[in-house]
Amino acid sequence: MSASGLHISISAERLFTIGGMGFTNSMLSSLIVSALLIVFAVWVKLSLRKTNKPTGVQNFAEFIVESLESLVSSVTNSPKRTADFFPFVASFFLIILCNNWFGLLPGVGSISVHPATEEASLSSIQQMVNSGIVVHASTAEEPATTINGAPLRVIEKTDTQGELGTVPENSVPVTEEAASHAAEGSLAEETAEKAETAPLFRGGTADLNATIALGIMSIFLVQFFGFKYLGVAYLGKFFNFSSPINFFVGFLELVSEMSRIISFAFRLFGNVFAGEVLLTVITFLAKIVVPMPFYGLEVFVGFIQALVFAMLSVVFFNMATLGHGEEH
Amino acid sequence: MSTEFAIAFVMGVGSIGPALAIGMLVARGLDAIGRNPEAAGKIQTNMILGAAFAEAIAIYALVVALILKFV
Repeated sequence: MSASGLHISISAERLFTIGGMGFTNSMLSSLIVSALLIVFAVWVKLSLRKTNKPTGVQNFAEFIVESLESLVSSVTNSPKRTADFFPFVASFFLIILCNNWFGLLPGVGSISVHPATEEASLSSIQQMVNSGIVVHASTAEEPATTINGAPLRVIEKTDTQGELGTVPENSVPVTEEAASHAAEGSLAEETAEKAETAPLFRGGTADLNATIALGIMSIFLVQFFGFKYLGVAYLGKFFNFSSPINFFVGFLELVSEMSRIISFAFRLFGNVFAGEVLLTVITFLAKIVVPMPFYGLEVFVGFIQALVFAMLSVVFFNMATLGHGEEH
Repeated sequence: MSTEFAIAFVMGVGSIGPALAIGMLVARGLDAIGRNPEAAGKIQTNMILGAAFAEAIAIYALVVALILKFV
């Protein structure tokens, strides 16, 4: 992207296109992470045994499940709600954690591929078209400016002179410009083959689309649990006509519900992407040893952000299921 | 030039609040641990959670700065 050799892109890069839909490197790595999680779940399921002393993978899986369950039940204080919330919260936590950590693996971001070349050739065609438009515009503008600039009497003279005089004079730089543009275009096409590389992998949560999707899911589930526990009375939180103040408070609740999606999405995306940029810059400055503590920091941040997302989700779920009377 | 100034300004102003917040959070957390050392684990967890929230504000500023820089 920049001349210094740093490759930082705020959005995920397209690897290829399926039926008009771009397939980005973030999607690829989140698919891999999902596949790994599914394989792990199947492995655990196959190796489950009824025993008082679980060993190996069963022990590990039970540790994960039990600690997540105790996290959820410490917020809800109710076995029924815990049973309801736990699957979603645990899925959020595991998917975000694995995606965050997948982005730190060696090879992620450093293995580059050439994305589908149609985009490169398309951009060079666009450049040519643009330079053509520039040529048209400059020739079209020329007589207009002479007409505007010249007094009435001299128009015919300057116009013809302008036509005769400026067309060759003007056409030379224009065609030169166009030629240089075209040359640039073909050059760009050639260099595009070399320079237009995209990393094959990119952390799944380092893509704003993924984090917004997670945020929307979480807030949708908040509404779902609200309706499930309180029924239609849940709507009273948003549409309350008992007094003007309550009406306004309901409106604020509605707005805050929307802002939660944005805050969920940007918190996760910002932390993960900022970590990625930090690691790229540090690695660019010093290649060995120096980036290691920052990797440690990013492992910690990845865990904390997954924990924060899961924790906030369960707190919001819990708040939505509590009516006005039973908060204590 | 003006974009670069905007980037620096966003980061500079945007980190004041979270810096104060994290400082206060950790100060109070250490206070609490000093008063009640048995609860150190619980206090630490909640302190780190709170620090993550405060840090998120700085991250918003960082996202804005990165968007200005790279988009």
